[in-house]
Amino acid sequence: MTFKTAIAAISALWLATAAGAEELKMAVTTSFANSGLAEILLPEIEKDTGITVELLVVGTGQALKLGEAGDVDAVLVHSKAAEEEFVAAGHATHRREIMYNDFVVVGPAADPAGVKAATAATEAFAGIAAAQAPFVSRGDDSGTHKAELKLWKAAGIEPAGDWYKAVGQGMGAALNTAAGMDAYILSDRASWLNFENKANLGLLFEGDKALFNQYAYLPVNPEKHAHVKADAAKALEDWLTSDKAKGMIEGYKIGDQQLFHFNAEAM
Amino acid sequence: MNDIFEGLTQAARLVVTLDADLAEITLRSLQVTVTATLIASAIGLPLGAWIAVNRFRLRRIVIVVLNALMGLPPVVVGLVVYVILSRSGPLGVLGLLFTPTAMIIAQVIIITPIIASISHQAIRELWADYHDLLISLHATRRQRIATLLWDGRRALMTASLAGFGRAIGEVGAIMIVGGNIDHATRVLTTAIALETGKGDFGLALALGFVLIALAIAVNLALHVLSGTERGSRW
Repeated sequence: MTFKTAIAAISALWLATAAGAEELKMAVTTSFANSGLAEILLPEIEKDTGITVELLVVGTGQALKLGEAGDVDAVLVHSKAAEEEFVAAGHATHRREIMYNDFVVVGPAADPAGVKAATAATEAFAGIAAAQAPFVSRGDDSGTHKAELKLWKAAGIEPAGDWYKAVGQGMGAALNTAAGMDAYILSDRASWLNFENKANLGLLFEGDKALFNQYAYLPVNPEKHAHVKADAAKALEDWLTSDKAKGMIEGYKIGDQQLFHFNAEAM
Repeated sequence: MNDIFEGLTQAARLVVTLDADLAEITLRSLQVTVTATLIASAIGLPLGAWIAVNRFRLRRIVIVVLNALMGLPPVVVGLVVYVILSRSGPLGVLGLLFTPTAMIIAQVIIITPIIASISHQAIRELWADYHDLLISLHATRRQRIATLLWDGRRALMTASLAGFGRAIGEVGAIMIVGGNIDHATRVLTTAIALETGKGDFGLALALGFVLIALAIAVNLALHVLSGTERGSRW
């Protein structure tokens, strides 16, 4: 009767992993998830509001797509133009800015393109293109990718050629590729600081206003998707813009560096 | 080499300390894949036997297609299941996307052809041996299939285990339909992909070693339970 024992064991296993409580699905960008901030905030959100936030970690493009299809209840991304389009199309009820951080240019410590000496982000990018130094692009329609393309455009460069490598992957995978090839890459600061396979790479350029990176919260429109948990999405928004969230976001540090700056305005 | 060594020591530490997160994703891996294997076996084994026993016009084509489907790309299966289960898809009302159920559905689609194909092969040979006996006993078609399935159970277990092996190590499909949500749909393979993305190769490798150990343990357990390799028997 060993067969029966096996079946009994399997059914016990099946039952052991059932879940309860109110769940809210939120699509967030890889840069937010990789920063480690989510792991600090989510348990507190659950404690204060009773909402279990389930994170779908994808690029901004896919996150907005998930919201559009109604597969998530809320979206937290960082690409203002795409977000405003999303709200204008009626997929979200509104857009609420929560916090910002910044992008940094990371590259080989030897710095063959002289990025360290640049005075503006566009100058740094122009240097990389001029030196034909390998550059890894996210190439996945994410917020970081869009920010990168905007910088190329501002520098008046059409990035193409052997040196420009679009990997079509998340921030971590792209950083791994850059580390493997000793290439330049644009990363958000949080992902870079949390990244554990830095190899020869170093932070070469930072601080330009053009590298500003705003995160915003978009609750999916319940008029388009009746099943969306609008009340929970509202409760989450209230929490994310509360003083408690402010304290936790401002207080989140890796090493000595503060990663995010809270800038939500009271409504 | 350093990373591999670190992975091994980290794997040992996680297992010895019974890390809660590790236990959770390991159990979920087992839950999803064992369920998928049971469902796929319930479909694939009788299907394989049925094709072996019956002669019909399109039989050859069915067999060729079944064999070809063994190489079904998981990422495509994932994408198709995703589009169907999405809220804006035909089965969106069920709200199954990003749940373990969606992962099970994807894995069933991936491994049913494997189980059906291998069991067809095994049953066909058995059928050649049993053909005259079963015909002379006037066994009905249903009885023939039942007899063949029972007497071929050891070979069929190999078919199911092949399916299990493919499913437990699969990441492309379940990443898409499950979404790798912490405490909801994260399993060993998607966690490995995540840790690799974070550049934490030590932890990723540790999870990988746990996954391999798990696959070996399941195979071993089934062989012991069913007594395939007893000393008294070849």
